Amino acid sequence: MEQADVLASGGEQCDQGSLRERKMSEVTRSQVEDFLFEEADLLDSWRLPEWLTLFTEDAEYHVPCMDLPADASPDDSLFYIADDRFRLGERVKRLMKRTAHVEYPHSRTRHLFSNTRVKTREDSDLDVSCVFATYRTKDGVTDVYVGSSKYRMRQVDGALKIRSKRCLLDGDALRPSGRISIIL
Amino acid sequence: MNSQYPEEPAIIVDPRRNVFKVARRNFVDPEILQLEQKRVFERNWIYLGHGSELAKPGDFVTRNVAGRSILFTREASGKPVALLNTCPHRGMQVCRERKGNAKSFQCFYHGWIFGLDGKLRSQPGEDSYDPDFKSRETSHMIPVPRFEGYRDFYFVCFDAEVQPLVDYLAGARDFLDVICDQSEEGMAIVKGTHEYSVRANWKLLTENSIDGYHASTTHASYFDILMQSNGGAAFRSGAGRGYDLGNGHAVIQGQAPWGRPVADWIPAWGEEGKKEIDEIYATLVRKHGEERAFRIAKMGRNLFIYPNLIINDIMAIVVRTYYPLAPDYMNVTSWALAPKSESEWSRKYRLNNFLEFLGPGGFATPDDAEALEHCQRGFSNYKDVPYSDISKGMNKDQPSSNDELQMRAFWTQWNKQMFSPPAGSNAIKAA
Repeated sequence: MEQADVLASGGEQCDQGSLRERKMSEVTRSQVEDFLFEEADLLDSWRLPEWLTLFTEDAEYHVPCMDLPADASPDDSLFYIADDRFRLGERVKRLMKRTAHVEYPHSRTRHLFSNTRVKTREDSDLDVSCVFATYRTKDGVTDVYVGSSKYRMRQVDGALKIRSKRCLLDGDALRPSGRISIIL
Repeated sequence: MNSQYPEEPAIIVDPRRNVFKVARRNFVDPEILQLEQKRVFERNWIYLGHGSELAKPGDFVTRNVAGRSILFTREASGKPVALLNTCPHRGMQVCRERKGNAKSFQCFYHGWIFGLDGKLRSQPGEDSYDPDFKSRETSHMIPVPRFEGYRDFYFVCFDAEVQPLVDYLAGARDFLDVICDQSEEGMAIVKGTHEYSVRANWKLLTENSIDGYHASTTHASYFDILMQSNGGAAFRSGAGRGYDLGNGHAVIQGQAPWGRPVADWIPAWGEEGKKEIDEIYATLVRKHGEERAFRIAKMGRNLFIYPNLIINDIMAIVVRTYYPLAPDYMNVTSWALAPKSESEWSRKYRLNNFLEFLGPGGFATPDDAEALEHCQRGFSNYKDVPYSDISKGMNKDQPSSNDELQMRAFWTQWNKQMFSPPAGSNAIKAA
């Protein structure tokens, strides 16, 4: 568990003091990957309230439409998802309810994260990019979502947190899946 | 099955007993879909796109409309055109890009070049063709048989004999006016397109898009969130009404609990937002009078234009069209419509409003899709449970938006077009 110290969920096992002094530039790719794998596991096991704790209080979660440039803004362009931290919280609350009919009973998902790259920033945050293939199975139908994710990560109290997550879907339409009812 | 005279009626209507039933076979039978292509999608005005998508000459979009490949562009003169996107030479799609700007279109297969008006300009090896080749009608890209616009909404029809668009719109025209009158500068499609699919029959989406009855149960989780994000604002809801607008068009209209950027303020938008929205409202009152301004700004509406266009002017404006690829599968395309010159603040809140409810990542649309797909699965029992009921509100003089008058308007027209086609035109003669 050498790298557990950067995992939000592994915080109690690590030496918080030494990590707090560590600069983001010293965070290794495998530490970031462990963080991403933990995120994938939380999503796939539907521990969504726990997953939400991976985000900073000012976090954003974006999924732009497929006909928009990667850096489009939800202020002037229509997105599929443009959650601030409040709405992300509401999304999690909703998904845990029976009245979120599309996800009740819960679908089974498998988030595969790969091709991770880490770039430090001058403001001591971290830019992380990876690719994803997420499978969703429900009612005898399996849909796959493929694309790349751009994260901005920040160290908060010794743990990595997500400041923003933007998922860029490949393809030119959300077909045949038709929905992004799960979290990518 | 004999498509002309099905063994059981496609709809059963008995006004004396307030009975209106729709055969579930209409949603599952491939023969019905084939007949719909001929008698519904090739006979009516079908929405193509909005003029604002072509801001300047040479702008183009390519689109699949009712099974046809269409190139929608704007000539140098500024006139919009709709061309069948196929090369007169050997059939290839001339334009393969989804959108862009062009001075001309070249079919790469053999290099034929067409103007923005679709006229052949040049082709390699011209000396091997007759001198009058370019003056032949068959040498050019062919426009759709009929192409007309109303207030920047452009439609095509594959039946040259169809009535003019403004007549076809019937009572829907006034509601389209109400939506377009939100802004003196005109309305525009916002960047970003929701393109998705639903594993259900296309007519289920028609029904669902004008169905006020399902909201409180299907969208319970959305209303929970709305109460939160409105800061616990009182749940406002006026008694809405449903209207049959003629020619199969229908609408529900009423007040609703959410805010509207034009122009119905909610506390969550703060004092600054209130000032702006009050000004928008005052302008509308000056221009249109109190009664119409109230209707434009404070009331929302789900407008259905037969057979496959929805314009829902609710917490934002969605323009949605859909087309079946199979009895149990449809492609859906949705855009956000907004006043051309609204403030950055207003645009931001509008889009925020839109996403919260609408679209494949919203808190409501995925639950609609779930309901539609499970209706489709339920229809597997159609031989033993052959009919659905849409009689709600038949016992009232003025059905509310929670009744089903709207669906009855759609199905009555659909049934008429499918099973009692007029002579002539491209209607199929009964066997």
